[in-house]
Order: sequence, then C-alpha cells, then structure tokens
Amino acid sequence: MSDLQEIADRVVAMAQPGEHIEAFVSRDSETDIRIYEGVVEHFVAAQTEGVGIRVIRDGRTGFAYAGVLDAAAVAEVLAEARDNVQFGTPDEWAGLAEPDGVDVIEQDLWSDALAEFATDEKIAIAKELERLTLAVDPRIRVDDANYADAASESAVATTTGIRRTGRENGCYVVVSTLADDGDETQTGFGFSVGRSPADFNLAKAATEASDRATRLLGATKPATKRTTVVLDPYVTASFLGIISSTLNGESVAKGRSLFMDRLGQTVAASIVTLVDDPTNPKAYTATDLDGEGLAARRNVLIDSGVLQQFVHSSYSGRRVGAKSTGNAIRGGFKGTPGVGCLALQLLPGQRDQSALVADVDDGVLIQSVSGLHSGVNAISGDFSAGASGLSISKGQLGGPIREFTIASTLQRMLLDVVEIGNDIDWLPMRAAGVSLVIRDVTMSGS
Amino acid sequence: MAGHDVVESDVLERVLGAAMRTGGEFAEVFIEDKRSTSAGLDDGRIEQVTSGRDRGAGIRVVKGETTGFAHTADLSEAGLRSAAEAAAAAASQGTGGANTVTLTRQPEHRVSPIERYADEVSKTEKVSLLQRIDEAARASGAAVVQVSAGYADSRKHIMIANTHGLLASDEQVRQHVRISVVANGDAGMQTGFQSAGHTFGFEMFDHIDVEELARDAARQALVKLGARPAPSGTMPVVIKRGSGGVLFHEACGHGLEADLIAKGGSVYRGKQGELVASPLVTLVDDGTMSGEWGAIGIDDEGHPSQYNVLIEDGVLSDYMWDYLRARKEGRKQSGNGRRQSYMHLPMVRMTNTYVLNGSDEPDDIVRATDHGVYIAQLGGGQVNTATGDFVFGMTEAYLIENGEITEPLRESNLLGNGPQVLRDIDLLGNDFAMGNPGTCGKDGQGVPVGDGQPTLRVKALTIGGTAA
Repeated sequence: MSDLQEIADRVVAMAQPGEHIEAFVSRDSETDIRIYEGVVEHFVAAQTEGVGIRVIRDGRTGFAYAGVLDAAAVAEVLAEARDNVQFGTPDEWAGLAEPDGVDVIEQDLWSDALAEFATDEKIAIAKELERLTLAVDPRIRVDDANYADAASESAVATTTGIRRTGRENGCYVVVSTLADDGDETQTGFGFSVGRSPADFNLAKAATEASDRATRLLGATKPATKRTTVVLDPYVTASFLGIISSTLNGESVAKGRSLFMDRLGQTVAASIVTLVDDPTNPKAYTATDLDGEGLAARRNVLIDSGVLQQFVHSSYSGRRVGAKSTGNAIRGGFKGTPGVGCLALQLLPGQRDQSALVADVDDGVLIQSVSGLHSGVNAISGDFSAGASGLSISKGQLGGPIREFTIASTLQRMLLDVVEIGNDIDWLPMRAAGVSLVIRDVTMSGS
Repeated sequence: MAGHDVVESDVLERVLGAAMRTGGEFAEVFIEDKRSTSAGLDDGRIEQVTSGRDRGAGIRVVKGETTGFAHTADLSEAGLRSAAEAAAAAASQGTGGANTVTLTRQPEHRVSPIERYADEVSKTEKVSLLQRIDEAARASGAAVVQVSAGYADSRKHIMIANTHGLLASDEQVRQHVRISVVANGDAGMQTGFQSAGHTFGFEMFDHIDVEELARDAARQALVKLGARPAPSGTMPVVIKRGSGGVLFHEACGHGLEADLIAKGGSVYRGKQGELVASPLVTLVDDGTMSGEWGAIGIDDEGHPSQYNVLIEDGVLSDYMWDYLRARKEGRKQSGNGRRQSYMHLPMVRMTNTYVLNGSDEPDDIVRATDHGVYIAQLGGGQVNTATGDFVFGMTEAYLIENGEITEPLRESNLLGNGPQVLRDIDLLGNDFAMGNPGTCGKDGQGVPVGDGQPTLRVKALTIGGTAA
C-alpha cells in the first residue's frame, strides 16, 4: 500500500459520528528543460505533495489543504476543515460520492521507460528539437525549445467507502518559433506528446512550428463579410472545450447553462454526435477514475443533433435527480472536485480536410484563434474570437489572412455545422481535434 | 508568524554555500510561507470555506547561460540542502570550488500599511460579506436569476537570500472579492461581473461598499438583456476610465519586458528613445502604488519595488528588468522580477501598469465621436508580443451615435495591434482611475497585477460582432 493511501485512510479513520470525510493526497514530480541557442537556459527539477480534506456535517461543507504531508500539518488541515464546516449553508444535496458498481476500465497510464529516462537524454531531445526546427526554413528563429515530463500519484479515501489510488506520467516537447521577413515577424509553435519519449515525433513538431510561423508572413486583413469557416482540428478542439461548459451538470443545476431546458431536443445539425469518452485509450486525457474516485465512463452527450444528457459529479447529479456520470474533475489537492467533460470527441465524418475545403465556394480555413476566454460567453452563447488562416475561393486555398474576428453564437454554430472531417487528432487537450465546417459566421476585418 | 524569520540566516548561508558547490556564479534561496482563506457563495448558499497553507523554498543556481532550479516543501536545513544540491546539479554537470556567503539584511520596504489582518477577522464576518452581496444583487431586479460570489484573503511572508549577500523579506497581504450575476430575459441570459482587490488588510471593506459592487454587477447583466449584437468592422472606440488599462498591459506592457526583448520576441526591440506612441501617452509601471493589487514591497528577487516610466510623451524610455536580464546588460534591475510561488522561477513581470492623465474632458471625448463604440468594461485579453496583435473581450459596451452613448451591445471581442493602438490614441481624458484587480499569466505563471487609465479614444479598432 502506498504511503499516500495510508495518509488518506488515517484521516478518514478520524471521522466522528455524523461526520463525512474525504481525504485526497497527492505527490507530483516534474522536470522542465528549456534550451536556447544550443544551451540549457533552465533546468527545473521539482517535487510537490499535499493533502486536501473535505468535511461534511449536517449538509454543511468545509475544506482545507496544505502543501506538506507531515502528521502535524495533516492534523491541522483536518482541524481547519472541521472549523470551516460551521460557516457553510446547509445543503440537502451536499455529500460525497458513493461506490456505484460501475466497473473500472483499466488504462495504461504509467511508463517505467519514462520514469527511468536519463536526464542528459532529455536535454539531448530538446536540443535536437531546436536543431531540427532551425533546419526547416532559413527565416525561422527559435524562441525556445522545451522538454518536460511529469509524474503524479494520488490516493483518495472517503467515509462512504471509496478508496482508490492511481498514478500516471507523461512527457512532451514544445518549440516556439519566430519567422522574419523584412520588418514583419510572425510566431508559431509545434509540440509532441507521449507516455514516454519513444512516442515523440520531433520532425513533425519542428515542421509544424516552422509552418505555423511562416505561413502567416505577408498576411493581409480581410474585409468584413458573412462566410463559411473550416476549422483546423486544433481550433475545433478549443471550440469543443467551450461547448463542454454548456453541458456541465452543475451549470444546469444552478440555472446557468443555455441548454438547461433542452434535453431531448435538437440542438445541433443531425451529423453532430458528441461523446465524452475517457475510456478511449487514444484520448490524451484517458483515465480510469474521475475526481471523486468513481469509474470513468463513455457518455453520449449529443446524438445525431439531439441533446441526450449532461455530465455530472455526484453532487450535481443528486441535485437534478440523476446519477454521477463519472465526470468529477479535481485540479489537485487545493480544491474540491468540480464537474466537466474528461475526453470529448465529435464522431468523425468520411472525408479529409482538402475535400471539405474543395466544397467551399467562398470562405476561410481557420488555423488559429485567440481570445476564446475573453470573447466567448458560454452563458449568453455569444461567440467572438480573433483568428488567422487562409482564404478559400472556389474550393481553392488562397493567401494568408490575419487581424480579423469570427463571430456567431454557440447555439447557431452547432446548428450550422455543415460537415465533420475524418481527421481525428488526439491533441493534448480535454477534447480531440477534427476538421469542422460551419456556415454563416461573421468575419469582421477592415 | 509575523515578523520572525521562517529560516535562520546562518542556515541560509550554509545552504547557499552548498548551492555554489558545482561552480555556480549565482545562487538564491526564495522562501515563502502563505496562509489563505477563501469562501464561495453560489445559488444562495455559502458552499464552502477553504483554508490553505503553502510553504516551501525554491532554490536557483546560475552558471553561464544556465539556470538550475529545484524546490521543496521541506524547510529543514537537510531539506533545503538537498534542494540546493539538486539545483546545483541541474545548473552544471561539473564541479567547482566551495563558496562562503555572508548575508546582510536589507531594510524592510513596505508600501501598503495594514490596519487589520484578515487572519484576525472572524470567518463569520467574511462570509457575511458574501451574504450581503447576494442580497444586494438579487434585490436589483426580478430578472436576476443567479448570483455567485467569492471572497479571498492571503498573508504571505517571503524571504530571499542570495550569494551577493542580500537578505530581504516582505509581508504581502491581499483581499479580494468577486461577483458574477446572471439575468434572464426574452433574448436569453446575460452576465454581469465586478471585483475589487487590494494589498490592504480587511479594512479595505470599510472603504469599499460590497453591496454597491453587487448592484453594479447586477446592473450590467440587466442592461445587457436589452443589448443588440455588437457591430462588425473597424471604428473609433472610447474606453471609459479604469476599464481599459488591461489593454496597455497586454498590448504594450508585455512587449516591454526585457526577457522578451532579449530574444527578439517583441515589436519594441531596439526602439528605446524612439516615438512609439501618440505624444499624449505616458505609461508607467509602478510597484509602489500603495494598496493597489500589483503593489509589492520587494519583488521576488529581493529588489525594492519601483516607479518605472516606460513611455514618456510617446517616447520609449525603458524596459522592465529582472536580475538575470539586468546582469546580462550590466545595468540595474527595476523591481520587476516576480514569480507565482516558491515552485516557480522568477521572470520579468509587470506590477501596476497605467497611463497618466491627459487634458480632455471625458464628456468631450464622447461628443467628439460621431459613430463608434463606448467600452465601459473590458474583460480578459491575449496578445502576441512578437506581432503586437491582441484581442480583448468587451463585457460592457455601448454604441456611440452622433456623439451620444446609446444602445448596449452584446459581448464580443475587440481586436487590434498594440503599436498601432498606441499611435492611434487621439484623445486622452483627465479622469484617471485604476481598474479591477487582475491576474497576469505568462509562461504558465499567474501573478497579481493592477492597471489603470483615464477615459481615452482610439481612432480605429476592429469590433468582432455579428451586426453589419
């Protein structure tokens, strides 16, 4: 048994009659190496650990955490959490998750090869990435090339009988680029992720980092008009991230989801089927457990355009008379679990991106968006994002364009989906990427 | 906890000696001990009060162009030594000589006096703020359907020791309150937001009326129920005082950070002494602004905070500096070396960034605008420092027609280019105000920052709405 589980068990064993306790204990380590001009600019080796304790009594919740695990600190955290209980408002739905009998689908989340990987090899990988990137195009400068890995183990225990441990590790490389042409500079990035460095595709990361920067050189500002957009997989993944917040069961329970009264109704074009499936091992965020220690599971949220269900934690489920869908999300020991999608994906269509573009008479291929956190309101549904990409004319890709926005509403965009590509890309995000065609979007430029 | 050293100075001297053992040129220990309390209200209930304790040390060793860094939550001498050795090994594979360090304590440099520490205030008093907020927001109109609010305080002691013999410490206190309101109308839901945050103690709430703040958040949501879609295209934009400082933070502040300059990742590289903005513009970064959200006594490298003029009458006067960049250029640092916590390396960061007053009357600025947009609140934003391109959310905005503020607009992004916007400021008000407290993100680290400006006009910005 891990020392983390022992600590969690010990805390739960201290529960007094009438008191429910959840203890979450974790330990994380990370390496972060940054290369600039062939030299290590920084090398970070770090380990953190901590405990978060939630206490519920008479429907009132209190919480406390500490970034240390010695016995005195853990005792202090429990005392603080207990003290905090009295200030909570009684909530008839407050409570911890209870074992629900859903079987855990084991995921392979740990790599011994990564855990044993030598430091100088990590440095060599980052240097190689910088070298490969510089070799792609003479106009490219490298801002920095990075190797990073992280390992995490955690244990959760509750007075309701949940008792789970897990561990996972992973690594990534990312390179940031600048492309110069006369007075003009554009930026790009490329990355590769893996369970171990053997999974890296450095050449692809280097090429993408170069292409992202150079393709925007000479870009112009387009005129304002209504148009059809083809979203690159990376952009679609970001878009799905916003959609996921409208399907959040807690937002529904608290009356701030724009889809809260729409279960069973058509909310998207009939070709849209949206699934949250953390049990798919290809998903970057694949996992076997959710943030409350329940089995992660496959949930169909939108089926052929019809809204089927929202995602829930045990709390939000209880509030709306549903069960947890295994969608509690925990950001670490410093907070209690929230609700969210774990691994979203749109079911893919039949054709690749070039075929989708060929069908667009007048439009734009959106290669990047900015300001999604500022210009999109998931409660009102207003959508507005800065964008750059390539113009499309009569099915052909044209010149680069930038300094414009694309705008619509989330409600309309789902209904205005024209086609979904077959190019699923398992990006390091909570949603998979895929090319997506959406009509009737306002492009605002000059 | 207050006043006493988290770690004794003779221990720090020995740890720094250990950190230099592989031949480093510079080593530093950063120690943090932070206690925080937060409370959240949502859906009419105090959902949870949270107590937090974060304590640890980050040690960096610089050798040549390489920085090695390790952190630990173990503040015993053995724990610190082990982190020092890890940082030293990370900075170098070779070996060097032993190094002895003698620390000299720097005088304290407090910029925000504290009258009432939050840890001496009852939790009951803290949660009652949230209940007052909830009641005030809900009383603002029947269309208000949901209110969430958060209270947070923190008290942080930091201590920095380095191989130049510096030993400095600071106590950093923060109080923050935020309010989100949802209103529901015929055209769907709309949201309103307000927040306040200061580096004062709990006495902040003697001066800030949280009910007034709640009513303002509710008013914003209610006004937007009748909003029409924002326009699309490029037009003049008037930005209300205290609501657009974030634009200068993003659109030019980041580009004036010396680490970005050094790598050529900024449009302002090599522009010192040149006219980069309208001559109306004087831009300052000021860590000494008492009580403001980005105010600090010392930065996270132990350097006292400063008042730094970045742009004076449109001319670029200086960048912002941390220890490493200043060392490389053989100049003084500017009190801008900051980090999120002991788990992070410091880098060049802003504090309170603002534009000084001009001479125009704010009403005249609107009257001088035939057709355009009036922004009463900007939300978050994002900038590409290499190109200067930025976007910002307009969370409260109105049309300007024939020199009058008319109809409210639905939310959208605002898009522009930093260097161009600085040149395009053609009217500058005399009504300076600081804005809402912010968290600036850079390279994965968040630090508290403030911003401010008087009412001003930008000749042309792109509004990312859907209306023709």
